Amino acid sequence: MASDANSQGKINADGKREVVMVGNHLAALAAVDSGCMFFGGYPITPSTEVMEAISDFLPRVGGTCIQMEDEIAGIAVAMGASMSGVKSMTATSGPGISLKAENLGLCQMAEVPLVVVDVMRGGPSTGLPTRVSQGDISQSKTPSHGDYKSIALCAGTLAECYTETVRAFNLADRFMQPVIVLLDATLGLMHAKAVLPTVEEVEAGIVPRKTFDGAPEDYRPYGVGEDEAAVLNPMFQGYRYHFTGLHHDAKGFPTEEIETCRKLIKRLFDKVDNHLDEIELNEEYMLDDADILLIGYGSAALGIKEAVNRLRAEGIKVGMFRPITIWPSPEKRMYDLGQKFDKVLSIELNMGQYLEEIQRCMGRLDIEKLVKVNGRPFSPKDITDKVKEVF
Amino acid sequence: MAFNYDGYLRMEKMPTLWCWGCGDGIVLKAFVRAVDSLGYAKDDVCVVSGIGCSGRFSSYVDFNTVHTTHGRTIAFATGVKLANPTKKVVVVTGDGDAFAIGGNHTIHGARRNIDITMIVIQNFIYGLTNSQTSPTTPQGMWTVTQKIGNIDPTFDACKLVEASGATFVAREAVTKPKKLEKIFKQALEHKGFSYVDALTNCHINLGRKNKMVAAMDTLDWIDSITTTKKKWDTLPKEEQMNLLPTGVLHEDTTKREYCDAYQMVIDAHQGRRSKITQDDFEKKI
Repeated sequence: MASDANSQGKINADGKREVVMVGNHLAALAAVDSGCMFFGGYPITPSTEVMEAISDFLPRVGGTCIQMEDEIAGIAVAMGASMSGVKSMTATSGPGISLKAENLGLCQMAEVPLVVVDVMRGGPSTGLPTRVSQGDISQSKTPSHGDYKSIALCAGTLAECYTETVRAFNLADRFMQPVIVLLDATLGLMHAKAVLPTVEEVEAGIVPRKTFDGAPEDYRPYGVGEDEAAVLNPMFQGYRYHFTGLHHDAKGFPTEEIETCRKLIKRLFDKVDNHLDEIELNEEYMLDDADILLIGYGSAALGIKEAVNRLRAEGIKVGMFRPITIWPSPEKRMYDLGQKFDKVLSIELNMGQYLEEIQRCMGRLDIEKLVKVNGRPFSPKDITDKVKEVF
Repeated sequence: MAFNYDGYLRMEKMPTLWCWGCGDGIVLKAFVRAVDSLGYAKDDVCVVSGIGCSGRFSSYVDFNTVHTTHGRTIAFATGVKLANPTKKVVVVTGDGDAFAIGGNHTIHGARRNIDITMIVIQNFIYGLTNSQTSPTTPQGMWTVTQKIGNIDPTFDACKLVEASGATFVAREAVTKPKKLEKIFKQALEHKGFSYVDALTNCHINLGRKNKMVAAMDTLDWIDSITTTKKKWDTLPKEEQMNLLPTGVLHEDTTKREYCDAYQMVIDAHQGRRSKITQDDFEKKI
C-alpha cells in the first residue's frame, strides 16, 4: 500500500476514512489511491508538499517521482510517462503554470491525460509566494495559445483536495486531456482533519483509459466520433502511432487538410461541451428560501459559508452557490440563479476574474463584488459587512 | 542484396519534407540500419523528436513516436524511459532544439545518465525557418538574422554533454554513412546517456548562402572541418581549435544509470535495502 499509518487514518462510524493532513499531502494521497504511478515536478511554493509527499508514496507502489530541472521539464516528463500509458501528475503554482503553458497546449492537442495541481498564490509575477490568492482562475481557462476546452476543478474544503484530485484523474482519462486541480495556499497548507472516501470506494470509481484491441492496421487513435475523446493505447504493445502538437489526421500524423483541421478543433470542444453533465459539480448552501445570493469558490467559500450562518442568525436570508468545476462553468445553473435572484454578490480573492463569467452566464452586469488581493483570506466579517453595505 | 528500409519506414509519409540532398536522409537510413542490425523489435523502440527539420524524423519511422514542443525532447523521453525502463528510447533532435531552447534539458539528461540515446542532427543553422543563427553556427557566417556575419561564439556540443555527465559521446558526419551507422549502434547499445553529434549538410539554408554554391560544397566543408579523433589527438593546439574530432570521443561504463539508481529508491521504500548514502556512488562530490 502507498499509504502509511497516518494516510490510512481510521475508519469512522459512517465507514469513511478520517485523516489529519495538509491539503497538498491529500492531493498526493488521492493521486496514488487513484492509480497514479508517475509524478514529475519542480519545487514551487506553496505546492511543494505535493511532491514531498508523493516522492514517498510512489516508490512504495513501484511508481516513479522525479524532480526535474525546471517547470517546463516537470510537465514534459509527466506527459512522456502519460503518453506511454501511465497515469501521471504534476503540481505547481501560478508561475509554474505560466511556464508549463506551451506543453499544456500540446497536452490538449495530442489528447494526453494529465492531472495538474495548481496551488494558487498571490500574483502576478513572483507576487506573494507564501500568501493565498485565487489569481489563476482566468489562466486555468486558457493557459496556452489556441482553441481548446479546459477542465479545471476547484477544491473548497480540505477533503476536496483529495476528492477533486480523484475526480481529476477520472476526468482526464475519460476526456483525454489535462485537468487542472486548483488548490490555494490556504487549503494546500491547512493542517486538519479530513473525512475521505475509503481506498476501496476510490478504486471502485476509477474510470480506466479506453483502449483499442482490434487489429493494429485498423487502429485510428484520433479517428473517433465527432464529440468523442481520442483512444490512445499504451506504447510498446503493438499499436505504433504518432503524437504531435501539429494538426493531425486519424492516425496522429501531421496534416493541413482543411476539413481535418476544422473537425479536430471542433471535436476538442464538443467532447467536453456535449458531456457537461459528467463534468459539472456545484455546491448550493441554503439557497431555497434565500433572498440574497453569494457566489464564491475555493477556500473563499469557507468564509462565505460562515458568513451565511452568521447573517441567517441575524435574520438576513442569504445562501451560497459554489462552483466546484470552475471550467467549463455551470452556465445553465448560473443563468437560472441570475433569473431567480435580484441581489447577487460575487466574492473572490482576485480582482473579479470569475465575476466576468458570472455576468456572462447570468446575462446581466448588476452584480455586486467583493474582492481581495492582498494575500489574506476573507474573514466572515468582511463578507457580512459587505452584504449589509450593498443590500 | 540491397537493404530494405521499407519495413522501418512509414512509406505513406514518403517523400519526406526534407530538401533534395539533405543529410537528414542519411541519418535516417543509418539509424534504421543500426536498429535493424541490433535486432530491436519495432514495438520496443520509442523515438522522440522536437521542432525543426529534425522534428519530422519521428513521423517517418515506424516505432512508437512522439513529436514534442521545441527543445523539450529529453524531458519527454525521460518520462517515457522512467515509466518503461526496459524499452529503448531515442531522441532525434537538432542543434537549435538541443542547445538553444532546450539546452537545460540536454545538460540534465546527460547529468542523470539516463539510458537514452540522443542523436543531434547538427546542421549549424535553423534550416526549417530559413537560416537564423544557431548556437553552433560558425562565427562570420551569413545568417538571415546576422546578415553581415554571425558574431555569436559557437561551442562544442560534445564537450558540453561530456562535462554534463554523458557516458557515451561521439561525433560523425553524413559524409561517412557507414561510420555513422556503426556509431549509432554503439550508442544504442551503450547503457546510460549516449550522445551522437551527427554533422549534416544544410546546403539550402546554410551552404548556398555562405559561398558554398553546389550541394556538394557543404559536404566538402564538413569534411574540411572534421578529422578522426585519432588524428586530432596528434595535432598541435592551434590546429585542433579549427577541427572537430570524429569517432567515439568519450565512453565510461562505470557510472550508474538513472533507472537503475531509481530502482534503489524503490527498493529502499519497499524495505529491500537500507537508505541510499554516498557510499552507494563511486563519485563522492
